[in-house]
Amino acid sequence: MAAERDPPPPGDAGQARFGEAEDGEDLFVGAVGALESNPSSPEPASLPAEDISANSNGPKLVDSFLDDDPDDLFAEATEEVSLDSPEREPILSDGPSPAITPIMAPRIDSTLFDQALEEEEDNGDTFDICISVSDPEKVGDGMNAYMAYKVTTKTSLSVFSQNELSVRRRFSDFLGLHSKLASKYMHSGYIVPPAPEKSIVGMTKVKVGKEDSSSTEFVEKRRSALERYLMRTVKHPVMLKDPNVLQFLESSELPRAVSTQALSGAGILRMVNKAADAVNKMTIKMNESDAWFEEKQQQFENLDAQFRKLHASVESLVCHRKELSLNTASFAKSAAMLGNSEDHTALSRALSQLAEMEEKMEQLHMDQAYADFYLFAELLGDYVRLLTAVKGVFDQRMKTWSKWQDAQLMLQRKREAEAKLQYANKPDKLQQAKDEIKEEIVEWEGKVQQGERDFEQISKTIRKELGRFEKERVKDFKSVIIKYLESLVQTQQQLIKYWEAFLPEAKAIA
Amino acid sequence: MNRSGKTADTMEGSGLTISASSIKVNEATLDEDTLVFSITSQKLSNGMGVCVCRTYEDFEWLQQSLFAPDEPDLHGVIFPPLPAKLIMSPQSQINNKTLKQLGFLALGDCCRTYCEALELYLQQVALHPILSKNKALETLLTNTESPGKQRAKKGIFNRLSQVMEEKRKESHKDVDDFFQNERDNNSNMTALTKVTTERFLDVVLAEQRLSVASKHLSSSIQLWVNQEDSANAAFSKICLKTSKVFETIKRNFEKTAENNISTLGLGLDLQSRYQEAEKEMLFRRTCKLVELEAANKNTERAKANKKGIMEEVRNVLEKQFDGMSSMARQEVGRFHQSRVALLRTALVSWCEQQLNTATEIAALYSEHLEACQKLPEE
Repeated sequence: MAAERDPPPPGDAGQARFGEAEDGEDLFVGAVGALESNPSSPEPASLPAEDISANSNGPKLVDSFLDDDPDDLFAEATEEVSLDSPEREPILSDGPSPAITPIMAPRIDSTLFDQALEEEEDNGDTFDICISVSDPEKVGDGMNAYMAYKVTTKTSLSVFSQNELSVRRRFSDFLGLHSKLASKYMHSGYIVPPAPEKSIVGMTKVKVGKEDSSSTEFVEKRRSALERYLMRTVKHPVMLKDPNVLQFLESSELPRAVSTQALSGAGILRMVNKAADAVNKMTIKMNESDAWFEEKQQQFENLDAQFRKLHASVESLVCHRKELSLNTASFAKSAAMLGNSEDHTALSRALSQLAEMEEKMEQLHMDQAYADFYLFAELLGDYVRLLTAVKGVFDQRMKTWSKWQDAQLMLQRKREAEAKLQYANKPDKLQQAKDEIKEEIVEWEGKVQQGERDFEQISKTIRKELGRFEKERVKDFKSVIIKYLESLVQTQQQLIKYWEAFLPEAKAIA
Repeated sequence: MNRSGKTADTMEGSGLTISASSIKVNEATLDEDTLVFSITSQKLSNGMGVCVCRTYEDFEWLQQSLFAPDEPDLHGVIFPPLPAKLIMSPQSQINNKTLKQLGFLALGDCCRTYCEALELYLQQVALHPILSKNKALETLLTNTESPGKQRAKKGIFNRLSQVMEEKRKESHKDVDDFFQNERDNNSNMTALTKVTTERFLDVVLAEQRLSVASKHLSSSIQLWVNQEDSANAAFSKICLKTSKVFETIKRNFEKTAENNISTLGLGLDLQSRYQEAEKEMLFRRTCKLVELEAANKNTERAKANKKGIMEEVRNVLEKQFDGMSSMARQEVGRFHQSRVALLRTALVSWCEQQLNTATEIAALYSEHLEACQKLPEE
């Protein structure tokens, strides 16, 4: 006999199943960031927007790609088409990707971070901000519909204009925020918390208006994920002060983050850059002078594998618990029927009580399954995604190193060219050429120095970030295990009450 | 008839020298591919212990021996149901077929549940006012040689041999309201009990799966911590604690399932089989009724010269039917009394055991919680 509610189809459990890697270069991936000209990001005037790549093999990208293209055919498309997979690296089309993009990313002043960290330490536990995401509401109809969430910030921090703020945001707004933060900070070595994932299946169901438990679950899962995402973001001392974050939490209106759509011009750009990145990763061989980084990278690789495995195990546990809940419901029903047909009065009563008790237990099992899921499975999922961000940061360091090396190479070439000029035979052009070369050499010397400084800076930042990450990791997991145990204790106490209530009923059978 | 032996061990003039409550089926050992059960009991007179080894065939022999076709009254007896044969696969794993056939009796460590079911069977035979007088039981419990070598008579117990047309008789209207009622109730209850038992089995199987999954989770976390060079010592501590928590969760499911099997599971299973036994007895009586009614008709239609013979036949049948019905009435009363008592015992011990386990586990969880709150964050 089927339970009243539809059991969520097994496919839903697969929504967050890792390891279901689609073939790597999926066309429609779009987890993060477009390169947008961001008016609020500081742009040091000294940076030329120029393709300085030694391997330049592509045309210089024109600005039109970077703006929201008015002729973008897909500007109105609201389909979110990516498939869940944390293996997708956050797609950044920012920063030095030697093959194609010009360098436009601003260099974040490291002192900003130091300051923020110091403040955090000085203030101790006055890190007082609490964000909640609630009240999901469907806006619109059909395939253009979307979910809007209420984002409430309660804080005593002075950087906010009020103590309590409330705005409405949709999913693409969150993605937009993440994309801005990623393009701003990631190349400097900051671990930017990843945004929750898109999901075709889940979202389509909601749009189509299917009001079953699986779409409610999906919305709840997403709401919870968005909340965790925001909390993680504001816990980062640098991100907390970022104007994008502040705007996100405070402004009643946000410009639509159109470029997060997969099929937009920005989406295509992301795809192209991802391919370029992949190629470059293979060709860059870094001479690691610092064993610490190598160790850390290995450590995180192991951690990643472990988390994924555990995540799969926990999801399996959740499935089994839901199954137990369903079976208990079935049993309760037949026990009730048995009780109804039973002639012996006391026995009939006891059987009916048994049925009621089992029904209550079914609910307990279900609640516990949700605890399993929302606490553990989602935590592990978040960390798998975070580790991807960590990997990204290591990659950025590698790129920075590579840039530095390239600059050194260039400098050397120029010097060689200068030396050659000494022995040239055309006196009329000689002086001009010599002057030019001298200018270029100075320029490249500057770049080499800058490259070295950048590399040192990013290494320093990463060390700090990893230190923070490790601390946060411990806090997060400890907090989850405690919450989980609290839920277990509560369930168990409830169970004891039920059994204690049933015992006299059973004994009363004469 | 309940297991705690609260009812009298001896029945008047029972002829059985063994105390019913002392009968224990202790364990089953595998001898090649035959299961051998060790049965102990005590003599009533001097409390001396007796121990014998029997195979399933011996039990079958007993069951067949209890039924004597030349004692028509015996047809009115509700025979204690013998569980189906347990086939052990070489790796002593339960296969699906066994699970389907035996349900709860297939679960539990080392055939423990099955042994308990056999034990109950023997005790019920020993407590039956009529059946306990049958020498076969004494033989089974005390003879040094196993009696099962004798080929058992094919019996009334083999319902599978019933032909389709006999099924029609099942719905044949009764002449007695008491029995009509009983037949209807029995039909209804048998079906409901069967379904309830199956669904409870599903619950238990799900619990067992959860136990395995939890253990797996606990072990893999443990393994990981052992292998990992603890770069983050605080994190490793948290993981170890988490592993222990899942170990406790596994224990919870394991014990809960065990309790379910050994109390309510067994109880429901027995109910189910006993109801089938009652059904069979009622069916036998119904068949006899059909025979009697046919004989009546024949007598009425018979020509003068045959009438006498027909009447003779009819009278014999009538006597048989009446004897059977009177026995049946007694048996039905007895049946209802004991099945309620049986279910009560099952429900009470189920509840008590689960309460114990729940309390134990709650304490463990609280311990874990305290320990986790003390975990260092650095």
